[in-house]
Amino acid sequence: MTALIIVAVIVVLLILALVFMYNRLVRDRNRVDNAWSQIDVQLKRRYDLIPNLVETVKGYAAHEKETFEQVTQARNQAMNAQGAHDQANAENVLEGALKSLFAVAEAYPDLKANQNFLNLQEELTSTEDRIAYARQFFNDSALAFNTRIQSFPANIMAGMFHFTEREYFEADPESTGPVQVEF
Amino acid sequence: MAGFVVLIVGVVTAFDIAFGYGPVWIVVAFVVAMLLTWGAYFKSDAIALRASRARPASREEFARYHNLVDGLCIAGGLEKPRLYIVDDPAPNAFATGRNPKHAALAVTTGLLEKMNRVELEGVLAHELSHVKNYDILVSTIAVTMVGVVALLADLGFRMMWLGGGRRRSNNSGGAAGGLLLVFALIMLVLAPIIARIMQFAVSRQRELLADASGVQLTRYPPGLISALEKLKEDQTVVRSATKATAQLWIESPLDEEEGHKQAKMNRLFQTHPPLEERIRILEEM
Repeated sequence: MTALIIVAVIVVLLILALVFMYNRLVRDRNRVDNAWSQIDVQLKRRYDLIPNLVETVKGYAAHEKETFEQVTQARNQAMNAQGAHDQANAENVLEGALKSLFAVAEAYPDLKANQNFLNLQEELTSTEDRIAYARQFFNDSALAFNTRIQSFPANIMAGMFHFTEREYFEADPESTGPVQVEF
Repeated sequence: MAGFVVLIVGVVTAFDIAFGYGPVWIVVAFVVAMLLTWGAYFKSDAIALRASRARPASREEFARYHNLVDGLCIAGGLEKPRLYIVDDPAPNAFATGRNPKHAALAVTTGLLEKMNRVELEGVLAHELSHVKNYDILVSTIAVTMVGVVALLADLGFRMMWLGGGRRRSNNSGGAAGGLLLVFALIMLVLAPIIARIMQFAVSRQRELLADASGVQLTRYPPGLISALEKLKEDQTVVRSATKATAQLWIESPLDEEEGHKQAKMNRLFQTHPPLEERIRILEEM
């Protein structure tokens, strides 16, 4: 009788542990998914800010047409990019174009004193920050998730229920690679 | 934490030796101290904010403040706390609230003026880390423990003045019993002081932890380092800060002589580690 009770208790505890493990995996996976969609939310925010910015700068520096076109084109490309790789590339181009737009603005003191421009600059800088932070959080969550599904004993359950590893968001290799110096 | 338990057990033993009263009083003291501090715990944010005369920060007026906190919350996967402003030229900031859902941050107008973007971000990351690490809960528990010890010691003295209960030492008698009694009394005298020192030690530890986890959010130690350097140079003191709220702020808002050599004894009673030490640790990261 006692043996039966002990066995029953062990079985119940085992089942509870499995349920707990499974729920934990689901929670971690959802966090990764949510982190990924956070990046999109922030990218969208940046797309929305750009037309305003271009209009404001245009009012002061109308003849810098080329820069405006570059920014607008880069924005459209980024918005229409398909797949993670293409999108990362398009975002990099857009970031570069925005940098040159702000460089252009440096030459116009009136523009730099414009309250609207300053607000937009603050919004855009913080959106860039948020994009970076969202990517950082995605990578942190993906790291935690990947470690969990690779560790024993969760890896057995992960295999059974098809929890698959997530790829990390990686910075553009061109911008992080070693600097080439030529003489 | 374990230190507090040891201390309380010590006080209990002292009590037992001196008066022959046992754990009953301990339970009484514990319940009283719990009720007092945990009542305050649930109102901690409201009390701290009112005590420092903080007002809500609007998004329109303080866009940068809001934006930086938004970003850091994304980085840490946290809920955004309520944001407050304290009108004071001294640069400082604090976090309060019993859990991330009820959290609030407050910064002084001086901080917003004197810090640049990355420095401000470093400070805000430090404050958010207090929220993330449940430091309000930790310090509440510390205060409760101190309260228990203080109440017990106080009770002990009152009983002595009143002719001190049923002394057990009469039965055990002899020099050994007398010596034990002296020890017990010394214990009662020292316990509240030791408890305070331990509370400050906890506070200092949590500050260092918040520095480290803040940097984990921003991934940029130079931001917080340069903010701390600025705090070191700045000598203004927050007007609305009191001893009660001192351990909440990023830099101890009270001691004007920060940077001067402090006596070893004095350092035991600091809520914050010296800024030099915090900067040194951050530079090693």
